Amino acid sequence: MPLDLGAKGSCQIGGNVSTNAGGFRLVRYGSLHGNVLGLEAVLANGDVLDMLNSLRKNNTGYDLKHLFIGSEGSLGIVTKVSILTPPKLSSVNLAFLACKDFFSCQRLLQEAKRKLGEILSVFEFLDIEAMDLALNHLEGARNPLPPSIHNFYVLIETTGSNESYDKEKLEAFLLSSMEGGLISDGVVAQDINQASSFWRIREGLPEALNKAGVNYNYDLSLPVEKMYNLVEDMRARLGGLARVVAYGHLGDANLHLDISAPKYDDKILAQIEPYVYEWTSKHRGSISAEHGLGLMKANKIFYSKSPETVQLMTSIKKLSGGEYDFD
Amino acid sequence: MKIMVAIKRVVDYAVKIRVKPDKTGVETHNVKMSMNPFCEIALEEALRIKESGLATEVVAVSMGPAQCVDTLRTGLAMGADRGIHVEAARELYPLTVARVLKRLVEVENPGLLILGKQAIDDDCNQTGQMVAGLLGWPQGTFASKVVLDKEKQIATVDREVDGGLETLCLDLPAVITTDLRLNQPRYATLPNIMKAKSKPIKKYTPEELNVEIKSDLEVVQVTEPPKRKAGVILSSVDELIDKLKNEAHVV
Repeated sequence: MPLDLGAKGSCQIGGNVSTNAGGFRLVRYGSLHGNVLGLEAVLANGDVLDMLNSLRKNNTGYDLKHLFIGSEGSLGIVTKVSILTPPKLSSVNLAFLACKDFFSCQRLLQEAKRKLGEILSVFEFLDIEAMDLALNHLEGARNPLPPSIHNFYVLIETTGSNESYDKEKLEAFLLSSMEGGLISDGVVAQDINQASSFWRIREGLPEALNKAGVNYNYDLSLPVEKMYNLVEDMRARLGGLARVVAYGHLGDANLHLDISAPKYDDKILAQIEPYVYEWTSKHRGSISAEHGLGLMKANKIFYSKSPETVQLMTSIKKLSGGEYDFD
Repeated sequence: MKIMVAIKRVVDYAVKIRVKPDKTGVETHNVKMSMNPFCEIALEEALRIKESGLATEVVAVSMGPAQCVDTLRTGLAMGADRGIHVEAARELYPLTVARVLKRLVEVENPGLLILGKQAIDDDCNQTGQMVAGLLGWPQGTFASKVVLDKEKQIATVDREVDGGLETLCLDLPAVITTDLRLNQPRYATLPNIMKAKSKPIKKYTPEELNVEIKSDLEVVQVTEPPKRKAGVILSSVDELIDKLKNEAHVV
């Protein structure tokens, strides 16, 4: 299944399709818009829309299945799905790295795309606050790197068909990045157990945030070079009121911004919203990269979509037999 | 003092094992292979002893096909100083491995030979004991703690035994096999991976060491354990007694 996300233990594929779930490997396999070949959906009026086929190419009119992917059930319920599943490759390598600043993370991503190329399968980042949270609140979590203060951490995974070739390629890339000053330290997992312990840190962040108190979370798509500026602005705005934690799918320019506090407080919320949405809108980013709108963010849609677009969406909604509007 | 550590390349501990359709063994094609976890612990202990100043060199040894070099490189990346690869294409059983290790010990003269207590592919738990017997060296197996006294040239080993812990004092040179609680192995860091590339790995063939690869053992068949049958819920003690008597024939 060309999709991997933290909720994999409990989520359902139909739901993944309806929400256009992203996850850790979008950087390698692309989004569900590329991997869903066909689907069957049931509209609000009971009509069964059969768009189910396993064709790679089918340019016979509008490709309506794309409307259902990510429409969060508002156009219909996805009942059958045909997914393009790539062959499972056996050689997986995982590295946990430390970078001194965000600019290095950004450069490292560029280099990874160039030098690791087709074998790159994961590129995640977390900042010092996120790492601190993970180590303090996750049972059994251990810092993969020798104890030292690092500002940023990056998780890189490669997936390919040749174990020794991939390992050599990854090590050569990591060593040259280290010599070039992009990485200040790093470790490479030598077996699956070590790899799981690296993943525990990144995958466990939502759990750690829940244990640490309450959190306001934001899932944003932003230009990579501007991304961390928002985090720093947010820290300046909140001061000692709350803790700002940043991590996410850097390979997709997707930031998970979490503001952690002991309890909910309108003073905190006032500092965050609408500032975070306005900031994102100003940079033509997305106020919901992969998490969707749901009910909570439905009225925020205008930060990332023009009124004319929303109007057309409402019309399509009406045509499909539904009753309520987006705005 | 030099420490020699034997490490084995096995199917990764986290992999779901499948038996080959011809029942001659377990599927290893395209399956992730890694250093045996107990061997990792053995190497970690050797490195800690060296870092405490009680040893000057750690030599990692592995036997098997060409890919063993990958496992040795991992060992070097953890911090071993040198590697030795004894190339053998055929299946190696504990007695043969013990004979090869004895020859290497005679060449290298280490003060300590550390191995994992067993390999997770065959679970033999024999090699350490056999090589100690062949060398006439004392052995401390299932070690959960090792303390060296350089002055007196002894190793004090806490062993995990069925009844609890047993403490032995061994005169060096000695053989130690490691158990799970001895230590938590370190990760291979990038600076060490870089250094490992220039560390030497010496190659031997069994013939050069005057050891014949033969075995008095032959694997006849490998099968999965029988699938567990569902249990039966009984309605009364009488029914239980009846089943124990007439079906299970144990009463």
